[in-house]
Amino acid sequence: MKRLILILLLWVAPAYAVQPDEVLDDPVLEQRARDLSAELRCLVCRNESIDESNADLARDLRLLVRERLVAGDSDEEAMAFIVDRYGEYVLLRPQISGANLMLWLAGPFMLLAAAGMGWAFVRNRSRAQAVEADDTLSDEEKERLRKILDG
Amino acid sequence: MITELGHFALILAFMIAIVQSVVPLIGAAKRWTGWMVFAEPAAISQFLLTAFSFGALVWAFTTSDFSLRIVVENSHSAKPMIYKISGTWGNHEGSMLLWVLIVTLFGAMAALFGGGLPPTLKARVLAVQSAVAVAFFAFILFTSNPFDRLAVAPFDGRDLNPLLQDPGLAFHPPFLYLGYVGLSMSFSFAVAALIEGRVDAAWGRWVRPWTLAAWVFLTIGIALGSWWAYYELGWGGFWFWDPVENASFMPWLLAAALLHSAIVVEKREALKSWTILLAIIAFGFSLIGTFIVRSGLLTSVHAFATDPERGVFILMILVFFTGGALTLFAARAQTMEAKGVFGVVSRESALVVNNVLLAVSCFVVFVGTMWPMVAEMMFDRTLSVGPPFFNFAFTPFMVLLGLVLPIGALLPWKRGKLGKTAWSLRYAFLLALVVALLVWAMQTGRSALGPVGLFLGVWITCGAIIDLWSRTGRKGSLRRLFRLPGADWGKAIAHTGLGVTIFAIAGLTAWEVEDIRVAQPGAPFEVGQFTLTLEDVRRVQGPNYFSTMADISVETNGRSLGMLHPEKRDYPVARMPTTEAAIDYRIWRDLYVVIGDQQADGGWVVRTYIKPFANWIWAGCILMALGGVFSLCDRRFRVAAGARKTPASGVPAE
Repeated sequence: MKRLILILLLWVAPAYAVQPDEVLDDPVLEQRARDLSAELRCLVCRNESIDESNADLARDLRLLVRERLVAGDSDEEAMAFIVDRYGEYVLLRPQISGANLMLWLAGPFMLLAAAGMGWAFVRNRSRAQAVEADDTLSDEEKERLRKILDG
Repeated sequence: MITELGHFALILAFMIAIVQSVVPLIGAAKRWTGWMVFAEPAAISQFLLTAFSFGALVWAFTTSDFSLRIVVENSHSAKPMIYKISGTWGNHEGSMLLWVLIVTLFGAMAALFGGGLPPTLKARVLAVQSAVAVAFFAFILFTSNPFDRLAVAPFDGRDLNPLLQDPGLAFHPPFLYLGYVGLSMSFSFAVAALIEGRVDAAWGRWVRPWTLAAWVFLTIGIALGSWWAYYELGWGGFWFWDPVENASFMPWLLAAALLHSAIVVEKREALKSWTILLAIIAFGFSLIGTFIVRSGLLTSVHAFATDPERGVFILMILVFFTGGALTLFAARAQTMEAKGVFGVVSRESALVVNNVLLAVSCFVVFVGTMWPMVAEMMFDRTLSVGPPFFNFAFTPFMVLLGLVLPIGALLPWKRGKLGKTAWSLRYAFLLALVVALLVWAMQTGRSALGPVGLFLGVWITCGAIIDLWSRTGRKGSLRRLFRLPGADWGKAIAHTGLGVTIFAIAGLTAWEVEDIRVAQPGAPFEVGQFTLTLEDVRRVQGPNYFSTMADISVETNGRSLGMLHPEKRDYPVARMPTTEAAIDYRIWRDLYVVIGDQQADGGWVVRTYIKPFANWIWAGCILMALGGVFSLCDRRFRVAAGARKTPASGVPAE
């Protein structure tokens, strides 16, 4: 329970996330910074982007993002700079490379496979002859019927 | 004393559960009526004992019995009564007891209302259900006993996590558990049918109400949780793709798939083995959810009682039940051949598409949730999978589903004509298109999400209305409309609900307005069409917290909308701050105001959000749940329950 409180303590009160003094004057730049922030993980929190987090580290990272953007970095350059420093753990959208291809392709691949199976099933059903309704009696039932009829 | 009785009752229930999971199975195999019928009183007394045990725990919480460990850890004498009660399930041990209580409740319900079931099937269902209960009784008694006493009782408790002291969250877990555990009933039916070796239309009809009930509860539970997140967490997010949220969302998706595929079994005797498989997997995902929440394997904001030993126990339960059921499935699946024949374009095919999309989208969520763990163990990469991934990978499936839904819902059984059905939906399509284009033209340069969501929302909603109207016959008449069966109404209402929710999520994400600033007391500021003034900030004392409360007056076009009172609370016992947003709820938009810290110059940080259509998200969820309830009330389920009373001996055992 203590740990839970600690966890929630780290996580709670995101109302203090982006502070007014962090906001850039240029609205276009600020919007880019917000969009990038939503893609970056707060390293000391649990599954929170730095845009939502109130942790000091998240604030540092938000300021860093803005610093890079003000310095003239493109979105990609700013992201690359941060990933270089903090590792890919910081990315909430995993890179599409290496083993991560499995993650990204799992959905489309599964959809193809499932659609294929579904199609095969539907084809099979549309070609099948109507199976006779299973209203014939089993041996056991015939035996019972015979007993009843014979009295 | 009552505590000891509760503990004792729990152990007794455990013993009964063990017997109940064996005797009826033998009875069903040997055709011994006495052994089969044993399941019914056993299921009911098992439930009564567990209920007594749970009542004893509630009693301990309401009377603040601080000799119990979990009461000390999760309660406080100054806490309001409702949160003393909800504190019972606001912790690991108590919530497990609630979980097993619901398992036995469903068992007892099946014993009481399963009058029309063939005796062997009923005995087997109750035995399997009881086996699930055995596992969780053992889990509670051996690893997380709620009735643990302390040698020295402290004077007062440590209080419940203040975030959980909230009406929305007080009832969130019970609903969620009713849903999770409700799926155990579908599971029991599936396993019993596999043992029985027989799945027919009647089976589909029996299993569907249970699945539907579970799905309704899950819908309400998830909606309550997301509503709570919306107003409590302080920036109006409603869904975070957190592992624990995903853990409740995956069973929801599968339950939705299951209740659609069970229709095909019921009406057309096809998709049988798939339905069985789905029932097994759906409950499997409920267990995975429990495992995720309680093992601490995945980092989540909600993770509670993270203890590897308990995690291993739940993993064993998971492996035993899903593994066992899947083995049984592999051995028996081929005995269930499909009977119904249908064309490529037909309602059956549309429901296959529904199942493909729901199952694959669930798979995507599953892979995304587990990937950080897999990547770390297998590829030595520590990485995160967060909302950007899920939004990107999951949304297309919902868009596809939304596009297909109205057409599929209108297609006739057996064989249909795509052109004819599409033609009958022409007005819905045109209206949706016009609305979407209008919005797209008005909002130049913003996200495409709004128009797309809007299109889907209108398309699905109008499609559902046309569907309902078409059921009244060629001419259509209001009188016939109100005499349509509950299932037709349920279908239309639930589909409308889905449309409304999709529409609202798209609208909210696309058109939200956010404003962050330092507000000086007395100086008005503008956000969108609103003028806000920070009038005052006061210190207020609550029953078990201190609060910093702001008075913010709101005006729009010279008209006053009254005062909003956002708060920052501090709970001294739990030593934890919370934010209480002030929300002006309106039909078209919410005005959402949060107060932050005081600045050096005397101003306060104020966050203001205008959230269009926010309420519609939950209105849609309520409609979906309501649709489920309508469908549950359909006469067919009650009439059919007694319709097929075949003698037990007529069913071959093998």
